[in-house]
Amino acid sequence: MDNILNALALMANFVFVPAIAYGSQLALGALGVTIVFGILRFSNFAHGDTMALGTMCTILITWWFQSMGISFGPLPTALLALPFAIVICSAFVLVSDRVVYRFYRKQKADPVIYLIASVGVMFVFNGIVRFIIGPDDQNFADGERFIIKAREFKRLTGLSEGISIKVSQGITVVTMIVVVALLFWFLNKTRTGKSMRAYSDNEDLALLSGINPDKVVAVTWIIAAALATIAGTLYGLDKSFKPFTYFQLLLPIFAAAIVGGLGNPLGAIAGGFVIAFSEILVTYAYKKFAGYLMPEDWKADGLIQLLSTDYKFAVSFVILLLVLLFRPTGIFKGTGV
Amino acid sequence: MKKLIVSTAVAASIASVSSVASADEITLGVFLGLTGPIESLVANMAPAAEEAVNEVNASGKLLGGTTVQAIRADTTCVDAAAATAAIERLITSENVRGVVGGDCSGVTTAALTNVAKPNGMVMISPSATSPALSTIEDDGLFFRTAPSDARQGVVMTEIIMERGIKEVALTYTNNDYGKGLADAFQAAYEAAGGSVTISAAHEDGKADYSAEVGALASAGGEALVVAGYIDQGGKGIIQSSLDTDAFDTFVLPDGMVGDALPEAIGPDLNGSFGQAPGTDSEGAGKLVEMANGYDATSPFAAESYDAAALIMLAMQAAGSTDPQKYKDSVMDVANAPGEKILPGELGKALEILASGGDIDYVGASNVELIGAGESAGNYREIEIKDGALSTVRYR
Repeated sequence: MDNILNALALMANFVFVPAIAYGSQLALGALGVTIVFGILRFSNFAHGDTMALGTMCTILITWWFQSMGISFGPLPTALLALPFAIVICSAFVLVSDRVVYRFYRKQKADPVIYLIASVGVMFVFNGIVRFIIGPDDQNFADGERFIIKAREFKRLTGLSEGISIKVSQGITVVTMIVVVALLFWFLNKTRTGKSMRAYSDNEDLALLSGINPDKVVAVTWIIAAALATIAGTLYGLDKSFKPFTYFQLLLPIFAAAIVGGLGNPLGAIAGGFVIAFSEILVTYAYKKFAGYLMPEDWKADGLIQLLSTDYKFAVSFVILLLVLLFRPTGIFKGTGV
Repeated sequence: MKKLIVSTAVAASIASVSSVASADEITLGVFLGLTGPIESLVANMAPAAEEAVNEVNASGKLLGGTTVQAIRADTTCVDAAAATAAIERLITSENVRGVVGGDCSGVTTAALTNVAKPNGMVMISPSATSPALSTIEDDGLFFRTAPSDARQGVVMTEIIMERGIKEVALTYTNNDYGKGLADAFQAAYEAAGGSVTISAAHEDGKADYSAEVGALASAGGEALVVAGYIDQGGKGIIQSSLDTDAFDTFVLPDGMVGDALPEAIGPDLNGSFGQAPGTDSEGAGKLVEMANGYDATSPFAAESYDAAALIMLAMQAAGSTDPQKYKDSVMDVANAPGEKILPGELGKALEILASGGDIDYVGASNVELIGAGESAGNYREIEIKDGALSTVRYR
């Protein structure tokens, strides 16, 4: 019995806890991508760097709060800074829409032109972030670090495997649930949300029924910026903030959005968890896990690892390929790519 | 004792008197990267080598008053063709009797195999550290006063074994440095009876290392060897390992040793240990005092002085400036037994050798040639205590 509990604790510590936290961060990122795709109809490659930009705002405000002695008790001060950062990040994104995307909207340009324009915006945001905060690691986490430490868990339960849960992981999951609930309520229950969905379904019909397109576009961008800032801040709190890693996140985020079905918010969440769990499950070495469950003399010499951790990002690619080959609209039916 | 000193003095005076007639001048190549990526280091290495030459000339005791002229040539550090042409010129037109250099491993290998070996020329490199040079075919002509990168793996093995740790997990940063060090360590550790449960690469500059740590933790081990960089993936791996309680003892090679690490990680790091190049030898201090117009604390300056000194001392021991003859004396003068020689004592050393005595050249970098004629290197063993680096000892 102890062996089974130990095996479960081991998996929880090294697979489930990190995968759930990572999956939540990916899900929030993918939601932003998918909403822009659903309503504005293009793949926004600048999303990763929008996350970096929003996180940078959070960090700067956090430092300002810290210097004034404002703190949030055991929780990170960054949570207090988040609303302000969302406002600033939204402003940046709205300006980028005004000076870049609006021009192409008037031209009724092809999605691929938008896509290329978003690559340009990505480089601009990237440059702004590096110019202001620099390319290095920044640490802005404060407050308590752990909800439960592995050693305490071992002491409490008497098991030989511990589970540690960081405060940042707990906050990530809670925030993700709250944000997703709010988003769905907004899209399904409010007038603005309904008009956005109508615009997404059929633009001409929506315009005919008197929906103001400028307002829909602006609200979409604000939601995307808010999601990016929240996802980026949670990722930075849980891991570390470095502008370049946000650029790299673009791949798993797009993989998550496409796997779930581009344009489908529910799919984005599911896709985030599918990508996170497969990245970690495929590269985990099951030697110790098997050691607990198998009889003593079956003990494996090898690591029982499917893929070396070097190939972590390759997993997203492969899943992306498989989905595009066999179910191009994603797990949940998206608009298709 | 008194008798010995008297007889030494007499012998020396006879030697110097008899040599006046045969005094001639030889040339010595200083074959370093005067231009190129390490030119700022060479600015201190070349004068250090020439300092040894000047010291020998001032003593007037080399082979009965032979004077040495140092001639510089440029390796460029990176361009093997230019380096080959430069050493060709040294040997064929300047007629050097020994070469201090090359500096970078790539050009040194090219110069050795293409020119020095066919011409039977002795090369003593102060700074080529590639493990490949340990096993190169050199006809006994190549030495180095710098340690091979592989040496750190051996030193690390000794330190780990002394602490009674028989099983470790190993992770390295995915580049030539990390891979080379990890391979060298794994070979040395397994030869010493230890076992490496996993050897896994990590990429620098990632935000999240939980997957890497998961694999390492599953493989298990009493400690985790982190052959990475202090402000890159190495730190991330350690932080993530501590967060998940995967490992609590870490072995830190040179890329990971620095005050920034205990500051960033905190008290959990206490008890981890490692090593980095370093020496407390008095020879290094002596050279710094002697240094005139260059910085003897600059990397490889001390090794350059020692390389030049070794060539001239070996000539004296063999009684010949012919590389084919004195190449066999290099190891003798560098290692025990014999009287220990520090920088500034080259005159004394030449005297002892002239009278048939034995010396153990210590020099500025604590020279001890091992294996195929390369420095054993000097390492500072460190341990993290109370959130700070502390030196256990030098080895």
